[in-house]
Amino acid sequence: MSQRVDERGADLAVEPITVEPVPAPAGKRPPRILLILALLACAIASIPLVYLIVRVGSSGLDDAVTVLGRPRVPQLLLNTVSLAAAVTVTSVLVGVPTAFVLARTRIRFRAAWTVLAALPLAVPSYLAAYGWLAAVPGMQGFWASWFVLTLVSTPYVTLPVMAALRAGTTGLDDVARTLGRGAWQAFWLGTWPQIRPATLAGALLVCLYVLSEFGAVALFRFPVLTTAIQQAYGSSFNRNYAAILATVLVLIAMIIVIAEQTARGRARRRFGAVTGIARHRIVDLGPWTVPAFALVAVVPALAVGLPVAVLFARLFEAETLRALDPVELGQAILNTLVLSIGGAVIAVILALPIGALAARYRGRLVRLIESLGYLALGLPGIVVGLSLVFFSLSVLPSLYQTGFVLAFAYGVLFMPKAIGAIRSATAQVPTSLEDVSRTLGYSALQTWWLVTARLARPGIFAGALLVAVTAMKELPATLLLRPTGTDTLAIELWSRTDVSAYGAAAPYAAALILVAAVPAFLLSGAGRGRTDGTSA
Amino acid sequence: MRTFRRGLILSAGVTALALTVAGCAPADDTAEPAAPSEAAIESDGELTLYAGRDEALIAPLIEQFTEDSGIEVNARYGSSSELNALLLEEGENSPAQVFLSQDAGALGSLANADLVSRIPADLADLIPAGFTSEDDSWIGVTGRARVIAYDSEKLSEDEVPDGVEELTDSEWSGRVGFPPGNASFQSFVTALRVLEGEEDAEEWVEGISKNSPVLTEKNGATLDLVNSGQLDLALVNHYYWYEDAAEVGADAMRAQLKFLPGDAGGMVNVTGAAILAGAEGDPDALAFVEYLVSEKAQQFFVENTYEYPLLPGVDAPEGLPELDSLVNPELDLSDLESLEQTQELLAQYGLL
Repeated sequence: MSQRVDERGADLAVEPITVEPVPAPAGKRPPRILLILALLACAIASIPLVYLIVRVGSSGLDDAVTVLGRPRVPQLLLNTVSLAAAVTVTSVLVGVPTAFVLARTRIRFRAAWTVLAALPLAVPSYLAAYGWLAAVPGMQGFWASWFVLTLVSTPYVTLPVMAALRAGTTGLDDVARTLGRGAWQAFWLGTWPQIRPATLAGALLVCLYVLSEFGAVALFRFPVLTTAIQQAYGSSFNRNYAAILATVLVLIAMIIVIAEQTARGRARRRFGAVTGIARHRIVDLGPWTVPAFALVAVVPALAVGLPVAVLFARLFEAETLRALDPVELGQAILNTLVLSIGGAVIAVILALPIGALAARYRGRLVRLIESLGYLALGLPGIVVGLSLVFFSLSVLPSLYQTGFVLAFAYGVLFMPKAIGAIRSATAQVPTSLEDVSRTLGYSALQTWWLVTARLARPGIFAGALLVAVTAMKELPATLLLRPTGTDTLAIELWSRTDVSAYGAAAPYAAALILVAAVPAFLLSGAGRGRTDGTSA
Repeated sequence: MRTFRRGLILSAGVTALALTVAGCAPADDTAEPAAPSEAAIESDGELTLYAGRDEALIAPLIEQFTEDSGIEVNARYGSSSELNALLLEEGENSPAQVFLSQDAGALGSLANADLVSRIPADLADLIPAGFTSEDDSWIGVTGRARVIAYDSEKLSEDEVPDGVEELTDSEWSGRVGFPPGNASFQSFVTALRVLEGEEDAEEWVEGISKNSPVLTEKNGATLDLVNSGQLDLALVNHYYWYEDAAEVGADAMRAQLKFLPGDAGGMVNVTGAAILAGAEGDPDALAFVEYLVSEKAQQFFVENTYEYPLLPGVDAPEGLPELDSLVNPELDLSDLESLEQTQELLAQYGLL
């Protein structure tokens, strides 16, 4: 219903308001079962941390001091932090206006633009970097890494902000306008507080992603902590050195997660909940039409269009083509789908109790659980992969090198991407409905299943999609944990680009982007006209 | 606050439980994946191989092996460094029986961790000293020469130095690239230390570090820089050029190679194979390693990967200088202590 209203001009688009409501007062205790489930999920998410502690512990403090005292370490640290900061800032600066154009203006072909805005999610960073490098051979260093990582990570901001804008109200802007504020100031006072949590959540994902990114920075020869970790495994065979550097990375991630939590909490306290009926104005672009088109076109064209074009150019240029084996390709597509969907299911199962807890309760324990849940995202895949080799050989040796352990790894690695979506979606379910269900005699668990989960379903689904699309592109943990002889699209792509067989890699790159475009399409919400719970 | 404390105790409990499980499990399970050690004195017709080399290059060789021997190979492909990290992490529980590695250092680190079994002497002696392990913990399979790749549109072969020493001259400032984290580059620095002495080697490392070098991650990417005209000279392995040439055609190659006979910068690195401890005495594992150093397989490498065969009597690929003319200081390429000193030297001058 809302879709039709929307297309007609939508001044009357009516929806319940969805600014994250204030969670239960600090004094209210979470149910024990929820707490236990969340702690369990948290313990699983902490496997990589435990592994790092064991490794660093076995190397001793002297080693750590020597490693951190290397002349190159401060430089690596500075590079890592400045790249993460720069990419996060630009992703927000590009993502928020893009989201505004797509959600609140009368732009033509909106559905198509919305899909395109999500499409860069389907492009692995190493592929985008390779495409740009082939097109502009001089690209290297900080600016090149910043540019390409911004391109591929902007959707992490665009999508949740777009969802928040679709669900929000311009009523507060109007109040500000009637009180004599200008249009920009009214936006700042009325709308910005509503989209701020979504912006922060998106920025957090971008920041952690850049911290753990390896493919693009390596191609652009920009030395950061992840490249040094990879080098430590690659040439010194010194796992303890790698573990020490990875621990530094975890500490940075922890600071960022805590900063985001603090900022989110402050926003909540300052603005509290808005309840009632939301309506928002759809703006005519007028003279802004052309700049708006340029804005929504630029990221997809540069992040998806160019790399794909370059790979196909190489495909036709290549003198010797390795024959494309359709069976091999089909098998790789199937493996990729099964493993990434499995990973998404596991991630959602792990993220549900943490998201539900964070949505409804406050307190230090809740914050601790939530932040531990996020940390794996800041670690390079090789560290998480090795930690799960260690874990599965110790605990479940019979499952070692099975698809289950790999899907489990995807779950642990990318669970943080689902936490945010589930948290916001759960927070939007009015607690009054849950209370009604309880007074009707349903248990807490029944209520959760019948009321909360049902209403939060779009958000939970969005979280699963985000995990699936990321898992499809994952490489380092996949290489370590996959069943022997099982190839995914990312692995086939890697094994071809690694020997410069770029022409032969093109069909696999295209297949990977096409397969990953499906969840990206669903995430954009374009198919449904408007999304209600996707604010991650 | 009380909730918090209770929660903390709970979470500590969960973690402790996980750690306890982690700690006690391996003892019961060693028998399961590594069973072959006693049982497999007889061939079971199957082999699990960790192959740290490109699948497209190696898979045909493995198929040939299976055809010739009837032994099925479960091959796990990956980069040598990742597979090495994996093998160290798996320890005695590794399902792998043979590890085929791009470089000797990885094999040395497995030997240090007591994860390999000895190669029988009659097999190990096939490969000349300096190109294989000193204690038969692994065996050399192929060789790759360090070379200077140069931009043929800017430089003629004569203008390219005959050795690495000149590269520290101001003439080459900002024009030389190499991957300092790469194992084969580090072996070259080790060779420099052995051949020229510690002082001269340090002088060279200091000199090159101050000569605005272009630092890269990998050999292949370094060569790409030369091939696209962004870099004048690159210190890389010779066979990368042949791989690129196979993809785009030799005529399209802007980069050309200069071999450095007699110079430490032209030294030879080896790839090798080890039989893992769990597969000690396994006839299938042995058969595969034997096959790798057979005339047939050595010829395969010559024709398909353009590497130097290490088995005496098999000719090097056409157009390459004789293996004997290149420096082979009888280095123990898998000597990790020496490698560590090299890395400290590189780190000291900010290259690592």
